[in-house]
Amino acid sequence: MKLHDIAHARTGDKGDVSNISVISYDPAHWSLIRDHVTPARVAAHFGVFATDDVTRYALPQLCALNFVIRGALTGGVTRSLALDAHGKCLASVLLDMELDNVKTVTD
Amino acid sequence: MSVVRIGAGAGFQGDRLAPALDLAERGKLDYLVFECLGERTIALAQQARRNDPSGGYDPLLERRMRAVLPVCARNGTKVVTNMGAANPLGAAQHTARIARELGLTGLKVAAVTGDDVLDRIGSFVLDETGAPAEDLGDRLVSANAYVGIDGLVTALKADADVVICGRASDPTLFLAPLVHEFGWARDDWERLGRGVLIGHLLECAAQITGGYFADPGVKEVPDLAAVGHPLAEVGADGNATITKLQGTGGRITRATCIEQLLYEIHDPARYLQPDVVADFSSVDFQDLGTDRVGVSGATGAPATGQFKVSVGYRDGWIGEGQISYAGANCVARGQLAVEILQARLAPHRAEIFEERGELIGVNSVWQGASRHTSAPEVRVRYAARCADRDTAQRVAEEVEGLYLAGPAGGGGATGMVREVLAIASTLMPAATVKAVVEMLEVHHETA
Repeated sequence: MKLHDIAHARTGDKGDVSNISVISYDPAHWSLIRDHVTPARVAAHFGVFATDDVTRYALPQLCALNFVIRGALTGGVTRSLALDAHGKCLASVLLDMELDNVKTVTD
Repeated sequence: MSVVRIGAGAGFQGDRLAPALDLAERGKLDYLVFECLGERTIALAQQARRNDPSGGYDPLLERRMRAVLPVCARNGTKVVTNMGAANPLGAAQHTARIARELGLTGLKVAAVTGDDVLDRIGSFVLDETGAPAEDLGDRLVSANAYVGIDGLVTALKADADVVICGRASDPTLFLAPLVHEFGWARDDWERLGRGVLIGHLLECAAQITGGYFADPGVKEVPDLAAVGHPLAEVGADGNATITKLQGTGGRITRATCIEQLLYEIHDPARYLQPDVVADFSSVDFQDLGTDRVGVSGATGAPATGQFKVSVGYRDGWIGEGQISYAGANCVARGQLAVEILQARLAPHRAEIFEERGELIGVNSVWQGASRHTSAPEVRVRYAARCADRDTAQRVAEEVEGLYLAGPAGGGGATGMVREVLAIASTLMPAATVKAVVEMLEVHHETA
């Protein structure tokens, strides 16, 4: 199972900081997402960020997490050489995260 | 007023006009807000104003005002916008000229200035460079504070029909009309926080009505091609319903609202704004029917007393080139092209600050994807930030040179050179930034 199967996401940017929301479609999957999509796993998934660069905020009433990644935009939108200088695509990359060892709790 | 109807006409400088005009015509709006200033837009506008002192405001102002002013005047809808960019007074004068041509006698157009702090930025240390702004010397282009509601509210109190500012925090464009209409106290942190939330949800226009959202088969959005812009029906307590016009494309659901709630937010409990520190940590949304979502639960805390300031400065030149490879073994040929470019640019490395070569279709967005070794086609992209224009031009030329002197089957080479206008930020005491309001009234006789 991929994170994409149970959650949706959106990227925002401010300077050299990217933030990625991860939102559970079904409240039944919230605890699973909360427990498995940790800053360490997010950093490991991208492979180019350190865990310490990733801060996570939780909004349980919305079944939503917000990941704030410092230094994610290679110097910031205005001077980055990146094609996607805003990092708009990063949320979809995160949704590719495999949750293979995770059982769905709804069934 | 028991309910204020406020709509989003634009969420960025180049946003689509048709949904704004539709809102103006059918939205029964009290306010139509055009948010058109990106992080860098105002620095670009400042450069434009240096070349033409009467310019420096939004290039689409003419088209937008000409389209919506007659409709808004007829419907009693006030327009609030940051299309003034680096020259709000010039934008207001232009708007007044358009209004006169359209016969909108008596229309009052306000220019709100005071956000330009270039004259006193020198000693402020920039977060990104760790040095005072004055160290940038003649590379310094602009410095604008993200101001709050003061000037906008003053203009509305003076019965302005159109209020044009430069840099203000984006939610401020929505918060100011709500404070004006409901008479919220400047220390009513809860209501100010709620007003900021409404502004935050609406300021990106279609991003809450199904734009930046559709994912076929998973998150379907009906008729995204004709997506409508949002409006909020706001009560005096600051809670609201987010909705859009019937007959427009897109959708508004809890899911679109939650995505937009967290868009460009760091700590949801501390969203720093000029007039309040908004707290979105307990926000909730209620589905109230098709394309109607209730929003409640925001609050706030006292403002920090500091305004964020964006400082624009010239930071070298970017040269870039692209060329395609397809079919058998295209990833390997693309990688060879990148290696060739690295070698050919080596003699110029003293003038190159940073560079990157990548394969669009493999790893251009996400460097971590480099392990992929096959694709139906790839596009080599090589980009470098350079000290001067000539070196940047050389980067683009070397990519084009791959046609004859690169791997087999390279096609469709393109090149581009542009000057880098970078943005850094700092904080400035709010008390040192004063809003100035100038009112222009459209008279029939002053043709």
